[in-house]
Amino acid sequence: MSKINSIADLKKKRDELQGGLGSRVNDTSNAVHVKVAMATCGIASGAKNVMEFFSEQLERRNIAAVVTQTGCMGYCYAEPTIEVKLPGQDPVVFGFVDLKRADQIIEKYVKTGELVDGIIPVNYQTIDLNV
Amino acid sequence: MSKYSTHLLVCGGTSCHSSESDAIVCNLRDELEAKGLMDSVQVILTGCFGFCEKGPIVKVMPDNTVYVQVKPEDAQAIVEEHIIKGRKVTRLLLKDPVSKEPVSDPNKMDFFKKQLRIVLRNCGFINPENIDEYIAREGYKALGKVLTEMTSEQVIKEVKDSGQRGRGGAGFSTGLKWELARKNQSDEKYVVCNADEGDPGAFMDRSVLEGDPHSVLEAMVICGYSIGASNGLIYIRAEYPLAIERLKIAIKQAREYGLLGKNILGTGFNFDITLRYGAGAFVCGEETALIHSMEGLRGEPTVKPPFPAESGYRNHPTNVNNVETFAAIPAIILKGAKWFSSIGTGKSKGTKVFALAGKINNVGLIEVPMGTTLREVIFEIGGGIRNGKKFKGIQTGGPSGGCLSEKHLDIPIDFDNLIAAGSIMGSGAMIILDEDDCMVSMAKFFLQFTVEESCGKCAPCRIGNKRLHELLGQICEGKGSIEDLDRLRNMSVVIKDTALCGLGQTSPNPVLSMMDNYYDEYVAHVKDKKCPAGQCKSLMEYVVNPENCVGCTACARVCPVNAISGERKEVHHIDPSICIKCGACMEKCKFDAIFIR
Amino acid sequence: METIKLTIDNKEIDVPKGTTIYKAAKELGIDIPTLCYMELHDMNIENKPAGCRICVAEVSGRRTLAPTCSTKCEPGMVVKTHTPRVLNARRTVMEFILSDHPKDCLVCSKSGTCELQAMAHRLGIKDIPGAEYAAVSTYRKDTSPSIIRDLDKCIMCRRCEMMCNEVQTVGAISAVNRGFMATVAPAFEQNLEYSTCTYCGQCVSVCPTGALTEVNHVPQVLRALVDPTKTVVVQTAPAVRAALGEEFGLAPGTLVTGKMTAALRALGFDYVFDTDFAADLTIMEEGTELLDRLSRHLKGDKTAKMPILTSCCPGWVNFFEEYFPDLKDVPSTAKSPQQMFGAIAKTYFADKIGINRKDMVVVSIMPCLAKKYECQRNEFSVDGNPDVDFSISTRELASFIKQANIDLNTLHDEDFDAPLGESTGAGVIFGTTGGVIEAACRTAYELYTGKKLKRLEFTELRGMEGVRSATIDFDGLPLNIGIAHGLGNARKLLDDVRAGKSQFHAIEVMACPGGCIGGGGQPLHHGNSEIIMARAAAIYTEDRKKPLRKSHENPFIIKLYNEFLGKPGSEKAHHLLHTHYFDKKKKIIIKK
Repeated sequence: MSKINSIADLKKKRDELQGGLGSRVNDTSNAVHVKVAMATCGIASGAKNVMEFFSEQLERRNIAAVVTQTGCMGYCYAEPTIEVKLPGQDPVVFGFVDLKRADQIIEKYVKTGELVDGIIPVNYQTIDLNV
Repeated sequence: MSKYSTHLLVCGGTSCHSSESDAIVCNLRDELEAKGLMDSVQVILTGCFGFCEKGPIVKVMPDNTVYVQVKPEDAQAIVEEHIIKGRKVTRLLLKDPVSKEPVSDPNKMDFFKKQLRIVLRNCGFINPENIDEYIAREGYKALGKVLTEMTSEQVIKEVKDSGQRGRGGAGFSTGLKWELARKNQSDEKYVVCNADEGDPGAFMDRSVLEGDPHSVLEAMVICGYSIGASNGLIYIRAEYPLAIERLKIAIKQAREYGLLGKNILGTGFNFDITLRYGAGAFVCGEETALIHSMEGLRGEPTVKPPFPAESGYRNHPTNVNNVETFAAIPAIILKGAKWFSSIGTGKSKGTKVFALAGKINNVGLIEVPMGTTLREVIFEIGGGIRNGKKFKGIQTGGPSGGCLSEKHLDIPIDFDNLIAAGSIMGSGAMIILDEDDCMVSMAKFFLQFTVEESCGKCAPCRIGNKRLHELLGQICEGKGSIEDLDRLRNMSVVIKDTALCGLGQTSPNPVLSMMDNYYDEYVAHVKDKKCPAGQCKSLMEYVVNPENCVGCTACARVCPVNAISGERKEVHHIDPSICIKCGACMEKCKFDAIFIR
Repeated sequence: METIKLTIDNKEIDVPKGTTIYKAAKELGIDIPTLCYMELHDMNIENKPAGCRICVAEVSGRRTLAPTCSTKCEPGMVVKTHTPRVLNARRTVMEFILSDHPKDCLVCSKSGTCELQAMAHRLGIKDIPGAEYAAVSTYRKDTSPSIIRDLDKCIMCRRCEMMCNEVQTVGAISAVNRGFMATVAPAFEQNLEYSTCTYCGQCVSVCPTGALTEVNHVPQVLRALVDPTKTVVVQTAPAVRAALGEEFGLAPGTLVTGKMTAALRALGFDYVFDTDFAADLTIMEEGTELLDRLSRHLKGDKTAKMPILTSCCPGWVNFFEEYFPDLKDVPSTAKSPQQMFGAIAKTYFADKIGINRKDMVVVSIMPCLAKKYECQRNEFSVDGNPDVDFSISTRELASFIKQANIDLNTLHDEDFDAPLGESTGAGVIFGTTGGVIEAACRTAYELYTGKKLKRLEFTELRGMEGVRSATIDFDGLPLNIGIAHGLGNARKLLDDVRAGKSQFHAIEVMACPGGCIGGGGQPLHHGNSEIIMARAAAIYTEDRKKPLRKSHENPFIIKLYNEFLGKPGSEKAHHLLHTHYFDKKKKIIIKK
């Protein structure tokens, strides 16, 4: 990592990252994005296994995908929770994701766009700091 | 891609579930089958929409239409009208409470705006172990703005004007606190982040640190710039290993980028942050006790003044803020005080994160604007009471808070309203109680916690809380008298009035609020020797109803202490002096002949 | 100075900025009750943890009651100290405290002097509601050579902790456990014996209840007096006579030397002697050692350690053996007066009256609790027979006198027995801070210069400052003297010695603030430092009244050297009157 030495540096870095270089935040590529909620509660409910499963299986099944961890999504009652974003679509959050459901999600939702049980409707708004 | 052109999402949340969502799914599938649409329309059971009051909910995708209070028999209309004819079923749409016009788009429905994530803006969105993702989400932009465009006075003014109050519990103005720390001259000052989250049922701070550690780091540097400090300390409990790990990674990455350390962003400003671990004592969340603990001393509070802003860590001016307080700072700086203060109520601005726990369907972490009502939190976002039970009370503010009842449900949540109602905001734990919870046992439960967590420095907290706990135990066992209720109140009032720190001054809150709101239940315990909720074992009696008993002897055979007597085919009898109230007999009886009196 | 105007109980008062409500009220004559607060004003010692919550009062603008001991006055404050709300709170808190306290006042050693008992009386508590089911926090009782810890009686006033840590810097005890089981104890709740405790007894002297008391040796002394085969000899330390009267209602600072002697005789002691005699002897030995080391030092002898440190205080000896064992060859090797007395009594005097040392019991009356430990040290016994058998404190003596139905106030003054009862004023002033070194100067000056002192009273060495220094002109030789009382102050001087930065030739150290007059075995001062000041004044009065005021002029000392010891520092004197020190630095061993 190189140092960010000025405010201009910081802006440059942000623009690069937002342009999708080296980050998936606003990525427009064709990969499937899977985020696994890996806070203590998620891990305690088995999120690590779920994350490993997605990393391994998506690769094994030849699906271009980025699997990352993230923090708590807030749905403690439905842990482990994951968010899947198919290219060009709104992300969908799934709860109660055990390995069986993880497999379903890959086979049905990721491969065909067919939804599976356990969807958690996102019921909040998040602020945007880009002002 | 998908063979389905349309999805019907049926709310499968626990609350809606009990309102027949299974039947709705069945009927929808039957209808689709009958119309030969099974290949193009998929019916899916989802998690809770958080709108249980109007449940069950059916959402049609991709039309983005939400139907409320759907009954199984409405399946036909939805399929025939909406799916086949493409017309919305107006009678199943939500009526806008103001215009009375039907609304179909959830984005126009209020309940989707119930939660607003400012503090949790990045939680569950970014990878907390990758600083780039934080930066891509405008991270450290606020720091850049502060360091290059604002004077420390301007920053403090912005924070003051935002109206933000400390999220640790006491609700002191953040900006004012910073100003006090700034005014005290010293070569050495400290910014401390209080991450000693200790209330049972609270995990707001942990979630923020695990999900978005940089937001706290960034805010601490901003605070350091404002008050003239170059040292930051995060006091975090050692029981939060993952949060510690993620903080360590975040600090390392921030240092590598030069966002912590010397000459930040080339501005000449220096600031660095180190971690301090707490051993897990509730009292160390109190800022003076926290500071003593960091100094290697016994975690005990001392009398304020002097406030930490005058003499804190190693006797230097110190500003202590809670995790959640810090996490909102970058947003306040970037979006402005005006924006922040437009959210919330008169004297409580912005949003508050709550951890919902207890007898509620959607146990979880939520963030709502100040002013949201308890009803909205419990019955809409929280999905209502588990197993269709009746709501009884909500304990806000953890063991230091109070228990609010049905009559308080429409209070807009803010610092002052909760205090006026006899509770406190606290750090944001909300424990929901239902009809099965005994309010004497519950008060005893919370007292047990304070008794264990008292540091033992002052007599009212050290001994008084123990006595409160003992007396509640007496009452639960049916050994209390009506005079004891007066004593209970007097002891509680005196402990509140005389204890040294916030822990002791608030520890009787559960008792007082529960006595205020459920006095009859207390009287029932001492006068009638009955526990209306059926929780206090000593006050229960298992009795055989002679009308239902057929003398099958099943109960007698299962009784572990041989308390049940009676000949075969004759009415049985339970000897209350032997019975240990395990309930095995009642469970075994097939004739409903055993009941609790 | 900036002053603040406020109103307390409808009375207006101006106080300097920074004054607490408690002190401001006191100035108005309003006595706010408190259990944990304590101030020894003249020694700059204050304990205000604000823990007992008895001193609370209503303060305008405050939601809760304020602890007046630690709440500073603010301009325009309106304080009410005895409203119904305050009285109810005080009573309820007091009931809490009493509910967690044993009810064995009948046999408690603090009964009658217990501050908790007095407070219960003052607040009119007649009953403890809920006592029938209230749990009482109990702890293992711990008996050390000097101090008994019975923490069932601890009320968490933290005075002992403050004395041990802040004043003495010994750090033997501090708060342990949480909540209801919180108490003050050595680390890991070990016995005091395994801690760094010096037995200075300052914890005992400030404890408001019976949680910390001295080991009571009166029963053993009584049995010795009963035994017809034993000759029982008693010695009384200088500070005792300046304080004993307080236990009998006399004003602090009343000297009761003659009455005390009469009382001891009435109690049945066979010989009533004076530790002051041994103090004169100490000066002879220590003074000689000082001059010897000084002259070698002046000649450039690097083996001559400077400064010389006094060694008559056993708490202080324990302290440097624990914390400064690397400096154990710096203090004087002279035994303390108590032990010099024992050694002479059981040799010289036993021979004189023709009895075996085994048939003699030496009892000392001391203002001190560390003396109990000191007389039990192995090196101070011969074939298992200690030079001093029992040491009892001033408080124990007072109790003993009362048990015997002796009315001290009406006794006629009597004199000490000869030969070990004769002393000079130099021996007397051992009882107060600066006294030992002043006594040493009186003798050393005359021995060193060969000239008579023109001015006996070295007032520059007196006072209550924690650390003092003065330079005494030894006829052209400037002798730098340091004085410390309180072990925390001693530590400051010792740190300099260790660092090689000390400019002193001689340093006097007393473990207790004020010296022996403020010892751990003295009548309780209950936080009134004026009492200690009055005792110091009494000591100097006794000195002035003495016809002889220099140790080397004591005719019985001269006789002792002529008949028995030879000269100061002789081989025999070394054998009987000198000792050596040990490295007692504690390693942490957890004993189950």
